Amino acid sequence: MAELTYREAVARGIAQEMARDPDVIFFGEDVAKAGGVFKATVGLYEQFGPKRVRDTPISEQAIMGAAMGAAMTGLKPIAEIMFSDFFAVCFDYIANEFPKGRYMSNGQTKCPLVVRTGNGAGSRFGAQHSQSVENWCMMVPGLKVVAPSTPRDVIGLMAAAVRDPDPVIFFEHKSLYAVKGEVPDGEIVDTLGSAKVVRPGTDATVLALALMVPRALAAAEKLAAAHGIQVEVVDVRSLVPLDMQTILGSVGRTHRLFTVEENPRLCGWGAEIVSIVADEAFYDLDGPPVRITTPHIPLPAADNLEDIALPTVERIAQTIRRALEA
Amino acid sequence: MVKDTGSAIQEVTRSVHNDDIGEATRLELYRSQVIIREAEQRAYDLFLQNLVKGTSHLSLGQEAIAAGFATAMKPGDLSFCTYRGHAHTLARGVPVEKVLGELMQRDNGLMRGKGGSMHLTSEEHGVMGSYAIIGAHLPIACGAALRAQYKGHDDVSVCFFGDGTTNIGAFHEALNFAVIWKLPVVFVCENNHYMEYTAIHEVTAVKHPAADRAPAYGLDGIVVDGNDADIVYRTAQTAYAKARAGGGPSLIECLTYRHSGHSRADPGKYRPEGELERWKERDPVKIYRERLAQFGISEAAVTAIDTEVRKMVDDATQACIKAPPPPEDILFTDVYADGGWAWRN
Repeated sequence: MAELTYREAVARGIAQEMARDPDVIFFGEDVAKAGGVFKATVGLYEQFGPKRVRDTPISEQAIMGAAMGAAMTGLKPIAEIMFSDFFAVCFDYIANEFPKGRYMSNGQTKCPLVVRTGNGAGSRFGAQHSQSVENWCMMVPGLKVVAPSTPRDVIGLMAAAVRDPDPVIFFEHKSLYAVKGEVPDGEIVDTLGSAKVVRPGTDATVLALALMVPRALAAAEKLAAAHGIQVEVVDVRSLVPLDMQTILGSVGRTHRLFTVEENPRLCGWGAEIVSIVADEAFYDLDGPPVRITTPHIPLPAADNLEDIALPTVERIAQTIRRALEA
Repeated sequence: MVKDTGSAIQEVTRSVHNDDIGEATRLELYRSQVIIREAEQRAYDLFLQNLVKGTSHLSLGQEAIAAGFATAMKPGDLSFCTYRGHAHTLARGVPVEKVLGELMQRDNGLMRGKGGSMHLTSEEHGVMGSYAIIGAHLPIACGAALRAQYKGHDDVSVCFFGDGTTNIGAFHEALNFAVIWKLPVVFVCENNHYMEYTAIHEVTAVKHPAADRAPAYGLDGIVVDGNDADIVYRTAQTAYAKARAGGGPSLIECLTYRHSGHSRADPGKYRPEGELERWKERDPVKIYRERLAQFGISEAAVTAIDTEVRKMVDDATQACIKAPPPPEDILFTDVYADGGWAWRN
């Protein structure tokens, strides 16, 4: 067992897979010699060399396309898009190319790649370097989408993503890079499409993703200490495949549902889950499902404004308490 | 017209006296062009009968490029095509029935109707897809070439696109990428002088949309007569040899002209009067028939190919007309690698 930061876990997860499989290569902007702008890939270039760990030009379309061509013909590329906001300049690959080749070709072609990207707010970077865009990817048939919240999950889900035969978009949260967590020694391989109950409870189910998981957990502790409310926190971890069994099981026990989403409200991942729960577990619910989200606004740069835009521990706790008491 | 490419005209003249290609390959080049001509003409006729659904982008008039580049390939070389990809798919040896079946969206189609005219793919023939988003496949071809380089394979990735593609960002990103990593990729611009409905010169900063951009990436600006299959074939051989030898990418601009409109919806009315007729004098199939005669290949050998191909296309048409539409259950197959479409448990 070792204590690693989330950013160290990224490098360890990639290294674990590169050491295992010589077909795994890794490229992106500043990822090799500089070790990544977030220092999440430090040491990989030194360990695996310039053939396998490559710096690219600022060419997001070329990065994505090259990853796809390599994946189609036998490699297992990991590509980095520095900020997930930049998906907008290479969205063709996410929306049209990676996920559609297999279907259009009637199963002839494959696309086993991982795109990892820095997602989310908290760094005061403003509206074009802070977004949570996992819902942009969730809506495309053919993709898989994961967003780990702990160093251990980073390694395990990275391994699962690299070993998966489908294109996986891997969202790392920028505000979690410095967070530390316990990581067991040896190989760690997790499963895509598995949510995790990270705090058991009886009074409500709270679904969260990435940075919102520690906030939901902190809110849960507050509610327990101050009000004796026991909420169950579920780390969704994987948006596609989506582990509805774990979510429906939790709702079946607690009879209330809350989502905590960093994405702006419209069409956030929680909307889809709430609609499924309404379809399939409506009579398990003792009250309306409630979505706690960033409002439908671009993100501001100023720290005080960004802080109140995202769901805070206080807002999460208050919203849950009011809804349960209503 | 080719009058602005003196080098191309010289090449035509020289080729008459130059038998480096040989009779067997010349017959192969001819047959490939005739297959494309007959199959594309049939596709057009089938539209008129409402038997080809959706859209379709024909390569009538552009046959020499597909035939020349494909004939010069080795098995294992990879083709990356655009939505105007029937010709390149046929040129790699994909059966006409599979192509027409896909255009007609029947169960005997290359992808059983799941892709359609713009996405012809036959991995077993090295046709790694036809891409309908302009420019998307240039970076993808780079990735396939990166794999070849990384694994020490000697295949070449060949990426075909139109003149319009030279004005989109992915073209420029891919060229730079291919050069910095010295990738074994050959970029082939089929300059048919029109980006969809607009003359390319009206919307492009330079005269030769591909070749004039090449020097910006440290590449030679190569313009060839794309209606002469011999010239195309030799150009392809040179570029492939360079790629296989570790010499990196090439960018080749082939001058040509499409005899039909951009797509089935386009009658091509924007073209000046007489332009099509002038280009038809330089019809690649006509040029090549004359070429075969110049090299003493018998009329009988040529006619035998014409007859054989026509029968093949007729038989394919009949098979497609008889073929059922795809079964409904394939709607849900092959979204994910497990064969299905499940996104939740």
